[in-house]
Amino acid sequence: MFPTPIQKRSRPVQITYQTFLPLALILWLLPLLAVMLFSIRPLSDFTNGNYWGVPSSFEMFHNYGRVFFESDMPRYLMNSVFITVPTVIGAVALSCMTGFALGIYRFRGNLLIFFMFIAGNFVPFQILMVPVRDLTVSTGLYDTKTGLILFHIAFQTGFCTLFMRNFIRALPYELIEAARVEGVAEWRIFWFVVLPLMRPAIAALSVLVFTFIWNDYFWAIVLTQGSGAQPVTAGITSFNSQFVAQYHLMSAGSIVAAIPPVAMFFAMQRHFIAGLTLGAVK
Amino acid sequence: MTPATPDQTWVQRNRMTITPILFLLPGLLFFIVYVISPIFQSFSISLYEWDGLGQADYIGLDNYRELMTDRSFEVSLWNNVKWLVLYLLAIPAGLFIALFLNQTVPGIRLYKSLFFFPFVLSQVVVGLVFSWFYLPREGLLNAVLGLFGAGPVNVLGDPGLATYGIIAAGLWPQTAYCMILYLTGLNAVNPEQIEAGRLDGAKGWRMLWHVVLPQLKPATFIAFVVTIIGALRSFDLISIMTNGGPFGSTRVLSFLMFEKALSEYGFRMGYGSAIAVVLFLIMLIFIGYFLWQMWHDERVARR
Repeated sequence: MFPTPIQKRSRPVQITYQTFLPLALILWLLPLLAVMLFSIRPLSDFTNGNYWGVPSSFEMFHNYGRVFFESDMPRYLMNSVFITVPTVIGAVALSCMTGFALGIYRFRGNLLIFFMFIAGNFVPFQILMVPVRDLTVSTGLYDTKTGLILFHIAFQTGFCTLFMRNFIRALPYELIEAARVEGVAEWRIFWFVVLPLMRPAIAALSVLVFTFIWNDYFWAIVLTQGSGAQPVTAGITSFNSQFVAQYHLMSAGSIVAAIPPVAMFFAMQRHFIAGLTLGAVK
Repeated sequence: MTPATPDQTWVQRNRMTITPILFLLPGLLFFIVYVISPIFQSFSISLYEWDGLGQADYIGLDNYRELMTDRSFEVSLWNNVKWLVLYLLAIPAGLFIALFLNQTVPGIRLYKSLFFFPFVLSQVVVGLVFSWFYLPREGLLNAVLGLFGAGPVNVLGDPGLATYGIIAAGLWPQTAYCMILYLTGLNAVNPEQIEAGRLDGAKGWRMLWHVVLPQLKPATFIAFVVTIIGALRSFDLISIMTNGGPFGSTRVLSFLMFEKALSEYGFRMGYGSAIAVVLFLIMLIFIGYFLWQMWHDERVARR
């Protein structure tokens, strides 16, 4: 193991390490801790200039209550859910199929199509912006959740295909050959042999795509504009102009917007990290 | 494969060709409509003067000629270079934190997750958190600087500092990403080689450089890919923290493109597309390199 395990070092080194660990963490999360502190302060603290002292009262319920009951925040959160969940299902379903086709079958152009998916995944969003917006407007899907979902599914399919294809490649090929010898139809091989083995990959991709889509901001402002369809990342700017300079409420609002992907991460950590490393680093 | 027998239908005989086509079709169709063909469309739109609604006028390379004299384009391009270079700091910083955390003490798993989780926050939230952190009066940064007697700095209000302030905010989640890549990589480092290195008297830096880093190569490659792509994609942070200002000093190509094509200053789709094409070509250099590298690995894996 590298670096040398702390247990093998001298006592003073161990104690130094144990004290530095929490200090480093606090330093690392300092900007976020500041926002958390802001979000439980009363308004009067800001007018009195008490930014960093002990809050004069703890207004957690009051502040977060106002976020939920006096703004469009719940609406934006619901929009985010209704955009994110269908995208996850769509992108994972499509890429299970493309990954199966590219990972199992040998045909001309296989590698070429695979690399097209990878390349598309790296392009800057701006090169897609004008045509995609135009397409969305002309199909009447501008400012609808559907318009956003369709684009997200298409774009995420690139990344998901990369992941799924590599995962399927690593499965024991003998299983598929054995099934073919038995005369099992190809689609049944997909459904009954390969798909059950893909469960960990499906879990990893679902969590990852969930975070990516929940956190998307660019496409949200390009393809939607009102509280009818906008997800929370875009909605937070109108939230902030509603409560301009009221830092206790703006802080509470952005914490609320951040919670779902954070909760998802802590609940599904192992899958999440397996997905992030693209399976290339084991 | 079963040999073709006369009583098999055409579909059954050709199933090894038909199945992959059917399985690919939906995903491929989506991808071509929404990702591949827009790239080519953007190239062609960049040759027109078009407001997105009315008639599009063909003007040849005029948009590109205009770019050459556009001062904001120059500023944006230069800022992109700053982003690219400084963003790469996330890689050594991530490695450093990973080495710091690669221990087995009680609670270390929680520490690792908490160090990582800035990456899970949306860039919008990161942008807001940091713009409040930098506030001249209410911000924590100036409160801390005040303790050392340093005067208040208005990071995002100073044209000379604002871009660096935004890059620092971007480095926060990016470092966390690189850290997790290296932590996973360190798990897979061969302990026997480390022991052999120790017996040969290698320690600290020499061990890291000659024994550990070569084994971390796959992690470094992915860290490099995601950091370069992240640097060139920077948009959210700029839009949230400064909206391009002060005096346009924090614009990058991606932001300038959005501003030209889709903002209150007028809908110049053609000109915006020309900027996007330039950004795309810059990115293409890197994409080409990444793909070449992956293609190479793929070839090796086949043998």
